[in-house]
Amino acid sequence: MGLPDSSQDLTSEMEVDAFRRIFPLRFFERHLSESLRPDARPLDKARDTIVNLGLVSTADGSALAKIGSTTMLAAIRMEVMTPSTESPDEGCIAVEFHMPPICSPIVRPGRPAEAAPVISKRLSDTILSSGMIDLTELCLVSGKAAWMGYLDIYCLDADGALFDAALLSAVVAFSNLQIPVVALNDNGRIVAITNEKEQDNASIIEKEAVNKEKRKLTLKNIPFSLTCILHKNYILADPTTEEESIMDTLVTVVLDSSDQMVSFYKSGGEALAYSSSIKSCVELARKRAKELKEILGEMDVD
Amino acid sequence: MEIDREDGRTPNQLRPLACSRNILHRSHGSASWSQGDTKVLAAVYGPKAGTKKNENPEKACFEVIWKPKTGQIGKVEKEYELILKRTIQSICVLTVNPNTTTSVIIQVVHDDGSLLPCAINAACAALVDAGIPMKHLAVAICCCLADNGYAVLDPNKLEEKKMTALAYLVFPNTTLSVLPEGSSLVEDEPVEHGIITSVTHGVMSVDDYFLCVENGRAATASLSAFFRKNFQQSQRDPSKAG
Repeated sequence: MGLPDSSQDLTSEMEVDAFRRIFPLRFFERHLSESLRPDARPLDKARDTIVNLGLVSTADGSALAKIGSTTMLAAIRMEVMTPSTESPDEGCIAVEFHMPPICSPIVRPGRPAEAAPVISKRLSDTILSSGMIDLTELCLVSGKAAWMGYLDIYCLDADGALFDAALLSAVVAFSNLQIPVVALNDNGRIVAITNEKEQDNASIIEKEAVNKEKRKLTLKNIPFSLTCILHKNYILADPTTEEESIMDTLVTVVLDSSDQMVSFYKSGGEALAYSSSIKSCVELARKRAKELKEILGEMDVD
Repeated sequence: MEIDREDGRTPNQLRPLACSRNILHRSHGSASWSQGDTKVLAAVYGPKAGTKKNENPEKACFEVIWKPKTGQIGKVEKEYELILKRTIQSICVLTVNPNTTTSVIIQVVHDDGSLLPCAINAACAALVDAGIPMKHLAVAICCCLADNGYAVLDPNKLEEKKMTALAYLVFPNTTLSVLPEGSSLVEDEPVEHGIITSVTHGVMSVDDYFLCVENGRAATASLSAFFRKNFQQSQRDPSKAG
């Protein structure tokens, strides 16, 4: 085996796959110098994004988002709860991000992935601070009953840019959400009205649907995110797991539909972010937000 | 139109800083850092042999344990642990002690706003006290935006609640060198203007974010000077050695 300096000799003898495994950084840098990545994407292009709605019939809202191979399944279930005394007119959203062992070889059962609670919290912060959902719309009876939305996002395939795909699936799931119809019964409790069998019409007439009109949430200021890798003077948009493991500086920019920055997240990493890199990342995020808006528009979301 | 802060500080003024090192005897390095009423204690144990699973054995590994003042450990603490771990990994020289694990334990003594920057500064001081090789220090500051677009540095808890958005920024420390200025520029900016870590909460415009970054960069000069003075003081005092 030659020294890394003499790898030029080795490259002519070694197969591409072996070179990719043994000298991953050199393999990528050979591509970056041609402004390309191993999957033939230009540096500033994100992977193909597909979104599907309403896959989980037992959930009140659900969505599947795929960015390249990264697949996220989001599902929302609504439950009635008593609002807190500080905000009697507001409902609540609880976001949980799960990484089951199916998603990646490094996640094993019984040992939750390190990234999962962190992504949960980041998603929760982003969704609540972007103002996408008006929590007062989740109120049923002021001070007594309000909706609690449990948003669960399952990562089915972790191939880089987990936060982006998770945020996209959450946003689409909220747009797909149909709030169940409920009524106030005699005991002053909220009960769900089911469509299956109307037992006796008398009791149904008493129960008036409390929220017949508002079944869907109005979403404003939808957040769109883009994760980039900073490496020397290259900026790679939408990295895969392989790229993330070799070049460790990740920057996530979240912009909303009115071009405000919801979040600029950079957590350590070898490369430092200078003003020029920040500006480039924000530009890439703007382009990506336009792309995602078009994709959501095609699906008649909002 | 200036901002009136309750404690009478100007918008760019930091709270009084205090740092003491080598306060715990069993740990290899320790430091307590306080900014105003926010106080954090950091302890460093390491390097110890072996790395954790899934970590690269050719590099040194860091683990961070964050202990809140009250309550159980939840997602907030896990996020702080990950941010701190990645920040420490980027400032330390990982190739000097490969296949070792260094533990950094953070104990929150009191939280009065700007907790994460305080903890990062404390961790840095503790790492210096333990003698872990580093490329440069991580100097952390919190910058928040008020309704009228003014940026305010180092808020306390009440101010944090009133602000529309805030950003935790971590920069490398300013360098004092005998070399001419030109040798330390990267892309026409001095090295200490690069952001190591940035975490923002709340919605702000892109220009406001750049404003926060500018203010943060200006503040790192005074924080770096404080670090330098603090470390040099104990060096000159031989009775404190060991």
